[in-house]
Amino acid sequence: MARFAVRRMASAILLLFAVSIVVFAIFEVIPSYNPARAIAGRNATPTTVAEVSHKFGFDKPVYVQYGKTMELIFTGQVIDYNDNLNVDSQFAQRFPVTLSLVVPAALLWLVVSIVLGSISALRVGGLADRGIMVAAILGVSIPVFLLAAVLLYLFAFKLPWFPNTGYVPLSDNPAQWAYHLFLPWISIAILSIGFYSRVLRSNLLDMVNEDFVRTARAKGLTKRQVFNRHVLRNSLMPIVTMFGLDFAVLLGGAALVTETVFNLPGIGQYEAQAIGNLDVPPILVGAMFTAFFVVLFSAFNDIVYALLDPRVRLSG
Amino acid sequence: MTEPLLDVQDLQVSFATEDGLVRAVDGVSFTLDRGEVVAIVGESGSGKSVTVMTLMGLTRSPNARFAGSARLRGGDLVTASEEELERVRGQEIAMIFQDPISSLSPVMRIGNQIAEQIRAHEKVSKADALDRAADLMERVGIPRARERLRAYPHEFSGGMRQRVMIAMALSLSPSVLIADEPTTALDVTIQAQILKEISQLSRESNSGVIFVTHDLGVVADVADRVLVMYSGRLVEQGTLDEIFYDPQHPYTWGLMGSVTRVDRDPPRRLPAIPGAPPSLLRAPEGCHFRPRCPHAFDRCREVPPLESRLPDAPDHLDRCWLATEDKRVKREVGGRIGLATGDVIK
Repeated sequence: MARFAVRRMASAILLLFAVSIVVFAIFEVIPSYNPARAIAGRNATPTTVAEVSHKFGFDKPVYVQYGKTMELIFTGQVIDYNDNLNVDSQFAQRFPVTLSLVVPAALLWLVVSIVLGSISALRVGGLADRGIMVAAILGVSIPVFLLAAVLLYLFAFKLPWFPNTGYVPLSDNPAQWAYHLFLPWISIAILSIGFYSRVLRSNLLDMVNEDFVRTARAKGLTKRQVFNRHVLRNSLMPIVTMFGLDFAVLLGGAALVTETVFNLPGIGQYEAQAIGNLDVPPILVGAMFTAFFVVLFSAFNDIVYALLDPRVRLSG
Repeated sequence: MTEPLLDVQDLQVSFATEDGLVRAVDGVSFTLDRGEVVAIVGESGSGKSVTVMTLMGLTRSPNARFAGSARLRGGDLVTASEEELERVRGQEIAMIFQDPISSLSPVMRIGNQIAEQIRAHEKVSKADALDRAADLMERVGIPRARERLRAYPHEFSGGMRQRVMIAMALSLSPSVLIADEPTTALDVTIQAQILKEISQLSRESNSGVIFVTHDLGVVADVADRVLVMYSGRLVEQGTLDEIFYDPQHPYTWGLMGSVTRVDRDPPRRLPAIPGAPPSLLRAPEGCHFRPRCPHAFDRCREVPPLESRLPDAPDHLDRCWLATEDKRVKREVGGRIGLATGDVIK
């Protein structure tokens, strides 16, 4: 078991560096990329640009730049090119906001997906089932930027039910915190609910035809008992795997559209700005940050899967 | 004459499909008494599994149609409500399925699965139920039962898993035990053990056993009475001796004839009944076996009723129009009972 853990960690670290190298390489390849000019400003003379370039080390060979940037990142000193802010501290400050957005939304979508998927499968072919499936397809099909914008327009602008963007920290005012985050939570949840409920429904319908479900019925268990203890339990495993990865990328800032539309100062918003400005340090840190969570949750997934399905447990 | 434990009268099960009505079970009647083992023999698709699963209410679905009755201790299983069935399943009537690995939940411990059966009908604590589960496992011959309670199905061998299923089925001492091809998925050496377990345990609890199989060897081993099914219908019914030594239906002759005997020289070609069972969607007119029967004649276009044509054996029933003396002659093929593969009339 210890050897297994060490191997996983080693490959995780390798992965993080691979990600950073790829991101770095991408920017070396982009033709119009000239960070010195961006830093120097619009009206800078070529001399100034050259000075800036030298100052930031852009004239050094690629691997040297890479090494320097990595060093800066891990010592917490890396600065972004656009606003001259410390990237690491920006991430640290903004992470709680992203957490506030992502964690409740994820819980919401998980619970609602399981409920809707179950209802759909139990009343398969009926009105509820068809209704849920149509809604699910809509949920999956609507682009997040459209959904977020529409929700904001309808429920914050047209009908002043919700605040018009902004974030209130949990420690300041829990009620306001939730109030401001409500529409963003819905924006994120709807897409995933659409997807997950369909997957669960499909798994449940397959499971119902399994022999052991027939045995459970033959034992005289009630329909509810058969469903909860045999059908549902065995159908949740793929959902868990999917959830791990979806959650990981969201923690890394994948909710950037929602954060931007609702003006939530989270990691996603920062990354979105950086991408727009071709600002390498935040992008680099963001990529590695996401990769870190993906690796972490992949490992979690393996553990959870082993807990749920005894057949995959490693011996010893 | 005491009332039989289980009384099935003219059971009919059909499924409405896009292509028409499939008559999976077409008028099956039989009785079962305590301590008796009745074997239902037939090919795949003969309706034997559908018959027994209907007794447990496991064939109910939106496109299933039922007729007839199956009375168990005064209640009719065919028309019982789902709640009544939930009470009866496991407690009065229990079933052992064919493939033990897929018939047990892979994510639940063995002990819990047996305990679940017990607690579904009796108010006992989890600990007590697990205790009883361990006892049951010991009874069916699983060594170190108490330690194995926490094991998962995939950690057991096929024979052990089937023993677990038997333990589970007998946990509440049901009056009727249905075994649906319990040894088909197991190797032959384990088969003998499992059959012994089932016979022994059912005798101990005095249950009636319905044994579904396509293996005549198994039938000879365990059965008191035999029901032969073909294409949804019961074509012959009698005691073990009657069926093996005095079969009255050509299909039964075919079955007997296809068994390779150990005490004789092996035949050059394995005898088989030519043709294939008919589609249940477009069943032949009259006797379903007519297209494959070398002895068919014009009367066979009329459905032969299931009745006894032997004055000395009123409980030996068959569905064949042939005169009894004709049958005695026609079934002798090469010195033993079989089906002459002569001109098959289509």
